[in-house]
Amino acid sequence: MSEKSYLEALNIAITEEMQRDEGVMIFGEDVGGVKGGVFGVTKGLAEKFGDQRVFNSPLGESEIAGLAVGLGVMGHHAIAEFQFADYILPAVNQIMSEATKMRYKSGGDWSAPIVMRTPYGGGVRGGFYHSQSTEKIFAGQPGLRIVTPSTVYDAKGLLKSAIRSEDPVLFYEHKKLYRSIKDDIPDDDYTVPLDKANVVKNGDDVTVIAYGMMLQFALKAAEELKNEFSVEVVDLRSLYPIDKSTVLEAVRKTGKVLLITEDTKEGSVMNNVSAIIAEEALFDLDAPIKILAGPDSPSMPYAKDLEDAFLVNQEQVTQSIRELAEF
Amino acid sequence: MSELIIKMPPLGESVTEATVSQWMVKPGDKVKKYDPILEAISDKVVTEIPSSDDGVVTELLVAENDVVPIGTDILKMNTDSSESETKEEPKKQAASSILTASNTAAARYSPAVLKIAGEKGIDLSLVSGTGKGGRITRKDVLNYQPESTVSQPAEVVSKIETTSQQPLESQPQVSQVQSSNSNDVIVKAGPVRKMIAKNMLKSVQEIPQAWTMIEVDVTGLVKLRNSLKNDFKEQNGFGLSYFPFFVKAVSAALKNNPKLNSSWQNDEIIQHKDINISIAVATEDALFVPVIKHVDRLSITGIASEVSRLANGVRNNTLKGSDSEGGTITVNNTGSFGSIESMGIINYPQAAILQVESIRKELSVLDDDSFGIRNKVNLCLTLDHRILDGLAAGKFLNEVKVNLEAIDQNTNIY
Repeated sequence: MSEKSYLEALNIAITEEMQRDEGVMIFGEDVGGVKGGVFGVTKGLAEKFGDQRVFNSPLGESEIAGLAVGLGVMGHHAIAEFQFADYILPAVNQIMSEATKMRYKSGGDWSAPIVMRTPYGGGVRGGFYHSQSTEKIFAGQPGLRIVTPSTVYDAKGLLKSAIRSEDPVLFYEHKKLYRSIKDDIPDDDYTVPLDKANVVKNGDDVTVIAYGMMLQFALKAAEELKNEFSVEVVDLRSLYPIDKSTVLEAVRKTGKVLLITEDTKEGSVMNNVSAIIAEEALFDLDAPIKILAGPDSPSMPYAKDLEDAFLVNQEQVTQSIRELAEF
Repeated sequence: MSELIIKMPPLGESVTEATVSQWMVKPGDKVKKYDPILEAISDKVVTEIPSSDDGVVTELLVAENDVVPIGTDILKMNTDSSESETKEEPKKQAASSILTASNTAAARYSPAVLKIAGEKGIDLSLVSGTGKGGRITRKDVLNYQPESTVSQPAEVVSKIETTSQQPLESQPQVSQVQSSNSNDVIVKAGPVRKMIAKNMLKSVQEIPQAWTMIEVDVTGLVKLRNSLKNDFKEQNGFGLSYFPFFVKAVSAALKNNPKLNSSWQNDEIIQHKDINISIAVATEDALFVPVIKHVDRLSITGIASEVSRLANGVRNNTLKGSDSEGGTITVNNTGSFGSIESMGIINYPQAAILQVESIRKELSVLDDDSFGIRNKVNLCLTLDHRILDGLAAGKFLNEVKVNLEAIDQNTNIY
């Protein structure tokens, strides 16, 4: 065991997988060379594995995704990086039409066993090109997995599973968590399943389901309220498809559900979770489902006070849990 | 300092005054919006009056046992937040912004609560809620112990405390007094008893009451009910007595005999469209007549469920004012304590009261002149002779009889 940050855990995962499998390569804007990515996730990899396996791409997301699909078809577990989740839109066609449907449209002959990594989320004063949550654009497309680690342990284990997956995985990394959370994680090789939500904390008054920075808020709130209420905290992990059985089991334990996403609410992943609960667990509900999400506003603003107003904050999370517990 | 005066709220149609039965707060007490502050009695219904705001009670403006008109100022409170604020309050206020709490919250059950109560056969009227606005939460039902002894002692203690602070005239007090016979015990009538006395007297003084009785063969009904009762209790969580069948038979007969479903008011006969049947529920020392609304729209099971709910409501003092309003005729289950014949007093201002006596076995001459053992019951009808004559009453009773005698194994109770 040793203490690592979320970012270091990701770097370790890529390093170990590149050592394990020579077919793994990684590329994207500023990924190669001494820079090693704008956040430094790929720092040191070019020195270790050379420019053939770790390299920079042009500023063209469609091309980054297309290259990954092609490498995937050739049998490489390629890792593509989109520098910010906000930049992913030019690559939508390659992701949705090519990567996602490769196995389906070739009748199982070909597949795209690739990982597309991208940092998302606000709270870093990135303004609207560097703060958005774009997962809802892809959530709901069969053939594509969307996962995100919300703890240091998962950052390593989940990325390893994504790299080893035989089908495409869209891998969202919360940029605020890169350096703000640290934890002791095992030094040896371990993986975390791509399709399982994780009950991080057991409780029987209120169930909170969240991911990314919001999960950290939920855990902190549960700790703050521990003398008054017992809170079940579930890390959604897989944003698509949703792990129905874990979600429903956690919901049935308390009958009171708080769903949190920093994305805007309509069409968000949490609306999908809410629909599943409403469809399958109505008779286990003891309170209306509560969703905390961003406001109906085009994007995360830049000014500090406006960004604060946009983001779901710690106080709102704690308060909402309390309201549900007292309901 | 902002002062708020709480008035005696309207307690139902045609209720003009109420008796202050028992104060539940005293000056200096902090109360929250919807907390009960006063138990008031009107027209046989005991109602808890909720506070209309957060604050600190400064003065009680009426005394226990006072009879006051609706709208009378009853309590003064200071609603200054600086004084009334408690530690939890800001949170509670914020809470209501999202999860709207209302004074009806106590009566609204979540799907989870209904499901668990159904599975465990728990009567929710017996469960006390710890959620917002007294709402019964899932955990309340999960943790509910039938005949829980936990909550009751607390209530008793609080009652004793109140009594010791301020002797209550409203509670029946037993005291030895000087009288011609020193063995006599004088019991002072409580407000409920007084209300019953007043209504009974009004009924016999104003209504010329006539009386008639018929005998009904309910052998089919007895067979049907006996064949169903065990499964029914298991499936529905409450028992199936004979009474709902009688209520149903009366309701069906009223459809063709609307005169019975009426009242005399100021030289006018008002025929009621709704069939709302008052049923008599006795407690140790009082009699209540809660109402099953729109009986004609209910199945026998539906009626049984309402009877069970209302009877429990009376016993646990959880009836709402509306549960006792709007009755258009009364059906009284006198048979339950063994009576075979009785003259009811009309539940003012209705036109009739039907007493269902106890079912007994009898050796009878059957249609083919042979003998047989049959189940028989007497139905006794007291009627307002201003509205009804013997003919109308007889027609109605005969229809009730036909309805009851038609019941057999094929009768659907759902």
